Amino acid sequence: MQADVSPSGPPLVELKGISKRYGDLLANDGINLAIQPGEIHALLGENGAGKSTLVKILYGVIEPTAGEILWEGRPVFLSSPVEARALGLGMVFQHFSLFDELTVAENIAVALSDDWSLATVRSKLGDISQAYGLALEPDRAVWTLSAGERQRIEIIRCLLQNPRLLILDEPTSVLTPQEAEHLFVTLDKLSADGCAILYISHKLEEVRRLCRSATILRGGRFVASIDPRERSARDIAALMVGNEVGEVRTGTPHVPKGEMLTVRHLSMPSGGLHGQALDDINLIAKAGEIVGIAGIAGNGQSELFAALSGERLADKAEAVVIAGKSCGGVDIDSRRRLGAAFVPEERLGHAAAPTHRLSENTLISHAAAEVSRSGFILLNAAKRLARAIIKTFDVRAPDGDPQARKLSGGNLQKFVIGREIIRHPKLLVVDQPTWGVDAGAARLIRQALVDLAGEGSAVVVISQDLDELFEVADRMAVIHQGRLSALKPINEWTKEAVGLEMLGVAQSQGAAHAV
Amino acid sequence: MRFELTPRPTISPVMRTLAPVAAFVTAFLIAGLVIWLMGRSPIAAFQVYVSQPLSDPWALQELLVKATPLALIAIGLSYCFRANFWNIGAEGQYVMGAILGSWLALKTHGTDAGFWVMPAMLVLGIMGGALYGLIPAFLKTRFGVNEILTSLMLVYVAQLVLDYLVRGPWRDPKGFNFPQSVTFDPAATLPLLGEGSRVHYGTIFALVAVLVTAIVLGRTLFGYRLKLTGDAPRAARFAGFNAKRTTMAVFAISGGLAGLAGISEVSGQIGQLQPSISPGYGFTAITVAFLGRLNPIGILVASLVVALTFIGGESAQILLKLPLDLTQAFQGILLLCVLSADALVSHRIRFVTRGGRK
Repeated sequence: MQADVSPSGPPLVELKGISKRYGDLLANDGINLAIQPGEIHALLGENGAGKSTLVKILYGVIEPTAGEILWEGRPVFLSSPVEARALGLGMVFQHFSLFDELTVAENIAVALSDDWSLATVRSKLGDISQAYGLALEPDRAVWTLSAGERQRIEIIRCLLQNPRLLILDEPTSVLTPQEAEHLFVTLDKLSADGCAILYISHKLEEVRRLCRSATILRGGRFVASIDPRERSARDIAALMVGNEVGEVRTGTPHVPKGEMLTVRHLSMPSGGLHGQALDDINLIAKAGEIVGIAGIAGNGQSELFAALSGERLADKAEAVVIAGKSCGGVDIDSRRRLGAAFVPEERLGHAAAPTHRLSENTLISHAAAEVSRSGFILLNAAKRLARAIIKTFDVRAPDGDPQARKLSGGNLQKFVIGREIIRHPKLLVVDQPTWGVDAGAARLIRQALVDLAGEGSAVVVISQDLDELFEVADRMAVIHQGRLSALKPINEWTKEAVGLEMLGVAQSQGAAHAV
Repeated sequence: MRFELTPRPTISPVMRTLAPVAAFVTAFLIAGLVIWLMGRSPIAAFQVYVSQPLSDPWALQELLVKATPLALIAIGLSYCFRANFWNIGAEGQYVMGAILGSWLALKTHGTDAGFWVMPAMLVLGIMGGALYGLIPAFLKTRFGVNEILTSLMLVYVAQLVLDYLVRGPWRDPKGFNFPQSVTFDPAATLPLLGEGSRVHYGTIFALVAVLVTAIVLGRTLFGYRLKLTGDAPRAARFAGFNAKRTTMAVFAISGGLAGLAGISEVSGQIGQLQPSISPGYGFTAITVAFLGRLNPIGILVASLVVALTFIGGESAQILLKLPLDLTQAFQGILLLCVLSADALVSHRIRFVTRGGRK
């Protein structure tokens, strides 16, 4: 339970008239925000609303152009995160700052002050991961961990320092419902102990579950301060995007036709030392349906994506059949020629080259198509294609043909998904379509996936966001430790059943019931 | 207090254009200061280094002669560097090209073999450099060996092979025991561009390489493949570009152009094989490639600028008794200034003090 918030005392932290200007862009425009001790305060807004900027200012990463920060009523200047931590702030970033080559324990020790020995960290790590259900092996190297496991390190790293204000940026995006519920219990405990929490999330149900107060930003400005428990998720979303958010229209129910993707007995050894091997995966996606693959990060999703896309080849050609052609042994380009399209999890660096312009980025998956002829690039065609994607998928880009890294996460995601959908692929495989994407963009992306299936394409959505899968998928399976559960119609799944499959509990239970 | 480089939100095109000019001025000021500290007149040095070579027709030809191998090698290296492969062994590929091409010149020496010898030598030169360049590429793709080490070490192997050949089997029997081969026949000599000129056909090859590379890198899928491999290797794999094939291709191109430079220099300039056939063109070309920002036209200009420092350095040694090492130091200063200017165009320096701001 949350501690009683006494309005009489000074707030723990107060931001007054914070503004931040980048050239012509006003990322924050006179924002006020106050957090009481022990309060769980939500910060809501679309990507580009200025949340990240505001939080970075509070955490000393960047300096505001104007405005001041009061800590317990006293003005403070935070010129670095080290000073912010010394004051009692802890932050779990959405983008992890970990050393890939070091182990879990070393990564935690590095961020702490000198009087923490590695041995102390290791023992504390055990306690904390036990208490909060954040399982981690202290001696694993970070580069072998999934996104979900990496985030656990970040969370534990902060909790070890007993912060007075903990800032969490989209903390549950890689957790199972059970793990998320665990985290909420943890956060409630922390709050009861007097630690304030600034909670940034797009998941409105979570915010309504956790927070008593919420500040909503839009376009760098303060929009509203509300009690999220008194408003519906729809109302809050409307405040965030500035207009009513519609739900994804399914239209007519999807009528599955021929098999576009057939995966038979696909096994693949793990790529790295700690990668996840795929174990006898069987999967069918038919034209006109969306197949969802749920699972906790690091259970073989990236490996499955690589095996489907052809970035890694299977031993047997018939393990992956696309549009009737056995293609387990052919590369990604040959699979594209069969009408398949792919969107990987990482937007920057995998789906798109950060320093390349959007028109150049169309070449990555359209090389064989209309943007090149006899080995020459058709620059104008590439630009036209980029413009068409921008227009069709409502990509908000700074100028005509910007570098990919200049786009916000949501807009770049719309671009890389749009880049594939605009080709009308017969099969689309997409890994984490809306990870770290704002509500508006997520809705647009899901709608595009549903519409694509409606037009008769097969769509495979690998996602950790259960709400998303329940919203769009026609059939769903759960991946756990490289094994895929049975593929069942979505209405035969409950969230609880999915959660059990995610944790691998259902398989042992299921074995008992199996006939 | 500490310095921080923070990226600028927008990069001004004016600054981008002016950056190399500012870099040159700064490099000249630093070099001038060094020369002044050495007790010589910076003004006189500037005249010897820059004004005289640029006003003397003989020196201008010499400029083209020296710029030719630099441009050819640097253009080749730009393929590797764009794709983020570090071929440091162009000097060795240059030597191997020269050796393989010269083999035919020595084989046909004294026969009346016709016009085909020279083109065949060029082809052999390209092959020699390309095959030698493929060794580090193969070791990298097959065994994951770092190409910086292998390509660099193979330079010494190539140099010692050349040394062995000109002191041993390929030595001119009538050469008074000097370690050098016979002088090539006219059929094995790269023609000069016009009577009394010192500039040979290699210059044409360099210009063709610049033009072709400008088209390949800017307009073709292969050029984009290199850029993508260098900037975002995972995206390159996602695009379906086979990384091994890319590695092999760039090392073969880079080695081939270095080999072409080697055989052109030997058959068009030196006229015979000798223990030393390069004043370090293969290494200086790395500087040239980066001075030219890996852009073909930029490399063309940079090769002329660096060739100028070579010629100016020689004159300065004779006229001002300045050490030749100063030339290398100046090349280094110039590269540092150009790279710093580029960094300052895209980033700004911020001073951060503890406890307060600015």
